[in-house]
Amino acid sequence: MTSPNARTTLYETHVALGARMVPFGGWEMPVQYSGTLAEVRAVRTASGIFDVSHMGRVYISGEQATDLLEWVLTGNVAGLRVGRARYCLICNEAGGIIDDTIFYRLAEDRYLLIPNAGNRAAALAWLHRWADERFPGGCQIDDLTNATALVAFQGPDTPGLVDGVFEGGPSSLRPFAAIETTFKGRPAYVGRTGYTGETGFEIVVGADQSVELWQTLQGLGAVPCGLGARDVLRLEAALPLHGHEIDETTTPIEAGLERFVRFDKEYVGCEVLQAQNSRGTERRLIGLSLPGRSAPRAEYSILSQGRVVGQVTSGSYSPTLDTSIAMGYVEPAYAEVGVTLDVDIRGRTAAAQVVEMPFYTRPRTAD
Amino acid sequence: MNPDDRKYTSEHEWIKVEDGDTERALAGITVYAQDQLGDIVYFELPQVGDSLKQLEKMGEVESVKAVSDLFAPASGSVVEVNERLANEPELANEDPFGEGWLLRVSLSDPAELDKLMSAEEYETYTAGLH
Repeated sequence: MTSPNARTTLYETHVALGARMVPFGGWEMPVQYSGTLAEVRAVRTASGIFDVSHMGRVYISGEQATDLLEWVLTGNVAGLRVGRARYCLICNEAGGIIDDTIFYRLAEDRYLLIPNAGNRAAALAWLHRWADERFPGGCQIDDLTNATALVAFQGPDTPGLVDGVFEGGPSSLRPFAAIETTFKGRPAYVGRTGYTGETGFEIVVGADQSVELWQTLQGLGAVPCGLGARDVLRLEAALPLHGHEIDETTTPIEAGLERFVRFDKEYVGCEVLQAQNSRGTERRLIGLSLPGRSAPRAEYSILSQGRVVGQVTSGSYSPTLDTSIAMGYVEPAYAEVGVTLDVDIRGRTAAAQVVEMPFYTRPRTAD
Repeated sequence: MNPDDRKYTSEHEWIKVEDGDTERALAGITVYAQDQLGDIVYFELPQVGDSLKQLEKMGEVESVKAVSDLFAPASGSVVEVNERLANEPELANEDPFGEGWLLRVSLSDPAELDKLMSAEEYETYTAGLH
């Protein structure tokens, strides 16, 4: 049987490590190696590595690259210094989220954008559309996803290990800073970014160096981690996942992502976002905490006194907090921290409390 | 790898008649089941005294990534629940055919077990699942 899904250059490595492979966003990716709980623990207490090459590497360059990104991204682009990264949203005209992305400023007129695997085609089409319509000839868009690999190296041990692998002292990078460096004599790009709520790095190398990079990091003790661990880690850190907390029918304001939205510039969707920001929304994203290990899952109903007031978008047992956690949308009247709601867990009613997000905050030590 | 001292359901539960007592049996999930589930974090099991009907839903198992229904491998009444699973659900990952058993059942119709698969049949069955 042939798989319709793409494979990263680390596919054989994953299989050799005994990973269970699953389809995700058009790719065949490892969901777990040794076990999700052990992998989560490795990232929270030591170090883990993730193949995130399924996510896109899209380079935007040219005289009007900044103008194009200002027009399609919700965040400030011109004010971002070279060597820094920023998280923001790509919205449609209705303010709905086409994708969420980190983008790095590589040079005055050159950027690297990391769309989600399942949204890469949509994000690329959107960039091309606006480049053609508003900035013809002013920017170039290069999709180098297949020519490169992206590996996330995450956990409290990573700052102490990363300088042995890359020149230029990436351990001293501040969060959301990045450097151009080398790996085994060839260009590499290392950013102090991640999707785990832990400190760590994300590394772009040539596709043909991915296996060597993986083995090098594994040799330093990093535990291979799959999508299962990645999902638990991002949920504990209350980071949204496109297709769950956010999609084309939700806006950054509803999702509580206002801090990644500028209200003082003109861009696609800005009118809707400005209006929502001043008038409020029909629903708000909340965090829920429940005692025990039985977790609410996506699409379960959230109730108050027997009336449905919202819906769960993601939920899991949190091994780090040893409780169950979930995110979901509710009517604003029920979004206050401290409110007690009910979740319908397959016919059982479980009391859940609205809590501050993130659920988990890493201990701030000396990094 | 599936012991041949017990019978298997197509939903990946096993049932083993206990030595010297043809009407009492232990029930659990298979290695294949726990492998498919990944790390198990919670069991919702029937209580002592509850009656079970063969191949009807008897509970739920939650792993980090998913929830699955558990089906009764035989009809009867529950005489014991593996209490250790409440705090150590991972026993069902580590030793699903032994320490990770779920229930002890008093069988109402021991002949029902003939409808289930042997270890060999179950192995052929799971090899075909992909």
